[in-house]
Amino acid sequence: MTDATLSGGHGRSSLTTTDANTKRRNAAEKRFRAYGLTAIVIGLFFLVVLFVSIIRSGLPAFTHTVVEMEFTLTQAQYDEAEDQLFKTKAYSNLFIAQLQAQLEERGMEVEFDEAAIERLLGKVGGNLREYYSANQNRLGEPVQFSLSASSRVDGYFNGRVTREALQDSRFLMASDLDLVDALRNAGIIRSEFNWNFITGADSGVDNPGGAGIGASVIGSFFMMLVVLVLSLPIGVAASIYLEEFAPQNRFTDLIEVNISNLAAVPSIVFGILGLAVFIQFMHLPQSAPLVGGLVLTLMTLPTIIISTRASLKSVPPSIRDAALGVGASKMQAVFHHVLPLAMPGILTGTIIGLAQALGETAPLLLIGMVGFVARGYPDGFVAGFTEPNSAMPAQIYTWAARADASFYEKAWGGIIILLVFLLTMNIIAIILRRRFERRW
Amino acid sequence: MSFMKMTASTLAIAAVSATAAAARDNVQVAGSSTVLPYASIVAELFGENTDFPTPVVESGGSSAGLKRFCEGVGENTIDVANASRAIREKEIQACADNGVTDIIEVRIGYDGIVFASQQSGPEFTAFEPTDIFNAIGATVLKDGELVENTHETWSEFNSELPDAEIAMFIPGTKHGTREVFEEKVLLVGCEETGAMQAMLDSGMSEDEAEDSCLDVRQDGKSVDIDGDYTETLARIDANTNGIGVFGLAFYENNTDKLKVATMSGVAPSTETIASGEYPVSRPLFFYVKKAHIGVIPGLKEYAQFFVADEIAGPGGPLSNYGLVADPELAETQAKVESEETMGSGS
Repeated sequence: MTDATLSGGHGRSSLTTTDANTKRRNAAEKRFRAYGLTAIVIGLFFLVVLFVSIIRSGLPAFTHTVVEMEFTLTQAQYDEAEDQLFKTKAYSNLFIAQLQAQLEERGMEVEFDEAAIERLLGKVGGNLREYYSANQNRLGEPVQFSLSASSRVDGYFNGRVTREALQDSRFLMASDLDLVDALRNAGIIRSEFNWNFITGADSGVDNPGGAGIGASVIGSFFMMLVVLVLSLPIGVAASIYLEEFAPQNRFTDLIEVNISNLAAVPSIVFGILGLAVFIQFMHLPQSAPLVGGLVLTLMTLPTIIISTRASLKSVPPSIRDAALGVGASKMQAVFHHVLPLAMPGILTGTIIGLAQALGETAPLLLIGMVGFVARGYPDGFVAGFTEPNSAMPAQIYTWAARADASFYEKAWGGIIILLVFLLTMNIIAIILRRRFERRW
Repeated sequence: MSFMKMTASTLAIAAVSATAAAARDNVQVAGSSTVLPYASIVAELFGENTDFPTPVVESGGSSAGLKRFCEGVGENTIDVANASRAIREKEIQACADNGVTDIIEVRIGYDGIVFASQQSGPEFTAFEPTDIFNAIGATVLKDGELVENTHETWSEFNSELPDAEIAMFIPGTKHGTREVFEEKVLLVGCEETGAMQAMLDSGMSEDEAEDSCLDVRQDGKSVDIDGDYTETLARIDANTNGIGVFGLAFYENNTDKLKVATMSGVAPSTETIASGEYPVSRPLFFYVKKAHIGVIPGLKEYAQFFVADEIAGPGGPLSNYGLVADPELAETQAKVESEETMGSGS
């Protein structure tokens, strides 16, 4: 019988020689491995392309060209400038006049005039006025300033603006580049790390040199604080109740389905909701991180509930049974035994939810956080929630839409900073999971 | 129980902030993405030059801005709406229905609309309104007959234009720019080619003919751009034959990538627009809610600062960025000074 079936099926088989069928199966396995490897290589390739292009486009945002000069402002000049409507213009005119005088004294070999110097400088008036308003005692004595040059000079330094492609415009003339070269040799213009980009606030469209992402980092921080403080307790409480206490019936099924659906709702919908409920109905302030945080809380809640329930579920029932068996109440069993064991999973889910919320722009569009929001740092903790501020992704979006190509660089630079934040959060999530995870 | 404490403190914070928020201390602006750059320049300077906080300026388009402006009076509504066209009768009515009756109209200057293509692309250097209409109108006049537009290349209807495929990127209907483009280019082209007359002869009423003149072909040769000019620029970058509609200021910031075409023989510049020679230009406005003056700190000062000679006048930062200064700026200043609303006065 056995002989018959064997010979009837495949003929004689041997363990030492491979027959056609085994060869086919081995080949199939090899092919499958090759497919998998290809998929990983393609994925890695795109990742590398993405990172290289982000870093290459974004790095110029972290350096800027500055004009370094000793500047003296007399009390009379200060009073005169403060008397005008357009004070910062008066300051920058004084600066230009002194720079021109100093250059003439040095005897530069290239021709230049006041207009050329004005084209080379960024918007320096704001910085000067800010400095002298705070340090009135420095009036009348020489102060060493290094103020940002115009965005075109920046572009010339990092290769975005070239002599060949340059067309004379009122922003920069080809002849100005000779002056730039001469100033660079004289050490008056140089390139340095742009701290203002990391610490500053947004600036007007004609002033890319003054733009920084710092204020919107603070905005994002306050939003995340609201999200964390609201969505973690609410999410965990909801999932503990649903997982451990709620009866299994149609009503809880309905809630479950709705939570899963909510997790898939496009984020812009939460923005519309936020506008209608928080701003128009509850009269909370527009453009405030508080409202942004509330909107993002709604968005993050389902993510946290789903991951919390998954990690509660993964705690073995024997733990609960043992706790109940030695006389713990249901609540004691949950809070003393199940919750601590589920904590790493809950924290990971929360951090991933927060990271998702951090990168979200669409809901902020409708509550006034996208646009020109340049209030700078909030004064005080409560003000951080209520004063208008932007958020990192919103700031990047705003910059990407501006005409000056220099803002485009800033947008990429902003993306690098946002990615650093996201990576840090994900690393924290991984460390927490590694540290506290228990396997059964 | 730390959760409980956290929740309680959050609610406390929320309550405190809600009360603190009762007095908004900054001017809130929204509206046209064409006016946004100018408004952001003014907002930054306003914050630097006065003791008031920097106003918040949002974008979103003229219509969207005016809609929010007309939502009512109160701190949770915006104070100023930017618009790249004048407010419509319908919108004034909507405003009035919500209690926004006293509106101050402020004209800040003029903006030119230019037609630009890739620096290294085909020689698109001179257009007439008729060329644009022949390229993208839905129904055009061909050999004396009204036919559906099947033009594939520019040279098909004007041998002086390059033999390049038609690909136009025009502002979407939510932009105020679209209206100017329709009125000053499409409609003019429609009349000049004789298509308008042919439509009237075929029995259409004046309104129907006008509407049909403004119809744009839907076969992909003309693309509506609903985003900003940067989106148009990206499309032009990707398409050698592409021609985009831009604001003058945007073009001037990107002369290394774009070359501009003349319209009816006139090259766009602040001078030709100010003199009225360049045909495709429009006034830019912002609208102020009078009821908010005195309630929102710095609102009137913001409006005054915006139209001051040093800012919006010739040689100021706005005209340096590409705004064409309004020759009648002094009248606007007087209007803001006396808080003259629409419909009152002259």
